[in-house]
Amino acid sequence: MADGEIKLNSSPPRSHRSRYSVSLKIQALLRSIVSVVVGLSLGLLVTAVAGENPIRVLGILAKGSFGSVYDFSMTLFYSAPLVLSGLSVAMAFQCGLFNIGAEGQLTASALAAAAAGIAWKQSFGLNLGWVGQSTGVLFCLFAGFLAGAFVGWIPGILKAKRQSHEVINTIMLNFIVTSFTSWVALYWLKNPDSQNPETAEISRALFFAPAAWAGGAPLSYALLLAPIAVFVVWWVIFRTRLGFEIRAVGANPDAARAGGISVERTQIIAMTLAGAIAASVGVIEVLGNSAKFKVGFSPGFGFTGIAVALLGRNHPVGVLASGLLFGALHKGSGDLDFETENVTRDLAQILQALVILSVCAEGLWRWIKWKR
Amino acid sequence: METLITILESTLRVSTPLIFAALGGLLSERAGVVNIALEGFMSIGAFAGVAIALFISGSSNGSMIGVSSYLGFFLAGVAGAVFASFYALMVIKFRADQIVSGTAMNMLALGLIPFLNKIWYSSTGNTPSLEMSSRLVLLPTVLAVVLTFILQWWLKKTPSGLWWEFAGEKPEALEASGVSVRAVRWVGVLMSGFLAGLGGATLSMCLSSSYSRGMVAGRGFMALAALIFGGWRPIPVTLACLLFGLVEALQIRLQGVIAFGTEPVPVQFIQMIPYVATMVILAIQISKKRQAPRSLGLPF
Repeated sequence: MADGEIKLNSSPPRSHRSRYSVSLKIQALLRSIVSVVVGLSLGLLVTAVAGENPIRVLGILAKGSFGSVYDFSMTLFYSAPLVLSGLSVAMAFQCGLFNIGAEGQLTASALAAAAAGIAWKQSFGLNLGWVGQSTGVLFCLFAGFLAGAFVGWIPGILKAKRQSHEVINTIMLNFIVTSFTSWVALYWLKNPDSQNPETAEISRALFFAPAAWAGGAPLSYALLLAPIAVFVVWWVIFRTRLGFEIRAVGANPDAARAGGISVERTQIIAMTLAGAIAASVGVIEVLGNSAKFKVGFSPGFGFTGIAVALLGRNHPVGVLASGLLFGALHKGSGDLDFETENVTRDLAQILQALVILSVCAEGLWRWIKWKR
Repeated sequence: METLITILESTLRVSTPLIFAALGGLLSERAGVVNIALEGFMSIGAFAGVAIALFISGSSNGSMIGVSSYLGFFLAGVAGAVFASFYALMVIKFRADQIVSGTAMNMLALGLIPFLNKIWYSSTGNTPSLEMSSRLVLLPTVLAVVLTFILQWWLKKTPSGLWWEFAGEKPEALEASGVSVRAVRWVGVLMSGFLAGLGGATLSMCLSSSYSRGMVAGRGFMALAALIFGGWRPIPVTLACLLFGLVEALQIRLQGVIAFGTEPVPVQFIQMIPYVATMVILAIQISKKRQAPRSLGLPF
């Protein structure tokens, strides 16, 4: 989309909005729910092609995601990264930018966090007091955030200064980061004790062990970063001047420019923030799950984040809810691999795509309303 | 000299999928529909081409092995168009956001292909291989080059070519003259699906002999970058694709070459080259002479 276009489907003026805001919110919620139902039903119908009973597939999905303490913990375990990458995509969307690069941003940040943790181990060893531990954790966080923010900054500045489309640049960066990180992991920080493509372990003192109540699932307190991020992002977007500028640029860049906002600067900041938010996925992977960087650790969290953000209507609370849903879907569909003959975890991808499509089919909704 | 000829030859070969996809993207974007979904259309074509060729040669007990790949190649385009019709329905009829639903189409393709692959070949990764003898050699490249000139002539010199210009620039004017903007856009998107499907099939049936997961590897987006770099005009777009192809050919050529010291350059760095080149080319594009069609991305 070219800069400075006028949006046809822009929201109503502010005065109307406040009057109808409650009913508009309910409508948005209803639409999201209907979209999920439509997307899921279409996707489940597809499984009939593979000779499966859709109801049975739904049962496997439900049991796989909520059936036991372990299953539910796994659902939460997958939800946290999805919420975070959803927040990243939502942050960019608020500014009118499409961040398909969360995958690359979170991969870069995982490597950086692991590198920081390894460096910490080599400098300080394992015997640390709690002061040493917490500075070490902060050091890893900082390294991860810096890397993610940098990978987000690149398409931001290219968009602002050269008008290159951020969608193409973020996709290209995903490939570049994948190559670069696997080179670092294989040649530079190679794990000496393993044949797998992964780095050495970080200092165990910095690692968040799984919680005892999680029924054996790798659910650690590092994942609390997700709810914290929901609050912080909500606060930045809706309670700060920066957030106002981001939303203004997203709603109408020309109007924002006329109002004295630097569109370029805001776009760069929004993409950098999006990168930093996605980075937290990499940080929790290293600090709270594997204690190292594994090549290809992410099963497409960054891409699922797009669906999460869209279903959550780019609102942090919505993102939290849809992140939980997609986390459940991810866990449940993993069970399809061994519970059914022909349906595999790839079904999750089909379901996500169908949910996105049914969320964004503006005309379909207008058509349904008109019929009523 | 011999190296030069090998590089030029492989440039032409690896550019072919990009040329098909970029020309397809051109037809849809000139009509006013953004096409982020080229990647997905290419994947569908790459998979369908091999699957159809395998099916034909299999069900005829090998007696049709000669024509099976030609039929497969053509029907891959049809499969791309069928898949694209869903995209057209979303963005033209239901006025969905084009970038977002394009991304969803890419995800759908990435989910559907392993789903079908599992049912037909009981694996989520690769299709079985085609017979070496049934691989396509020259046809796709020749077709792509010829198509470039046909499109250049058609868009410039014929009345129906002008519809594309107007559907993207001033759709109201086109509608007022009695031509349906939506119809033009439908045709544009379907043709983009057809051509990107051929591009994908080139990848799986000409440059290799089976579909493997992740095969398209961002080429749909590179085609999009070439489309922008070439200013939405057929001949410059094809030249831009050749530039990308040259980069890719050099990349293939460079693998295992010892440049500094004693170790070969790590393969990871060589693999990055096309992607970095895409970003650089996109960024140095400063000519404001040819801009995107003015109504690109706006529903009508």
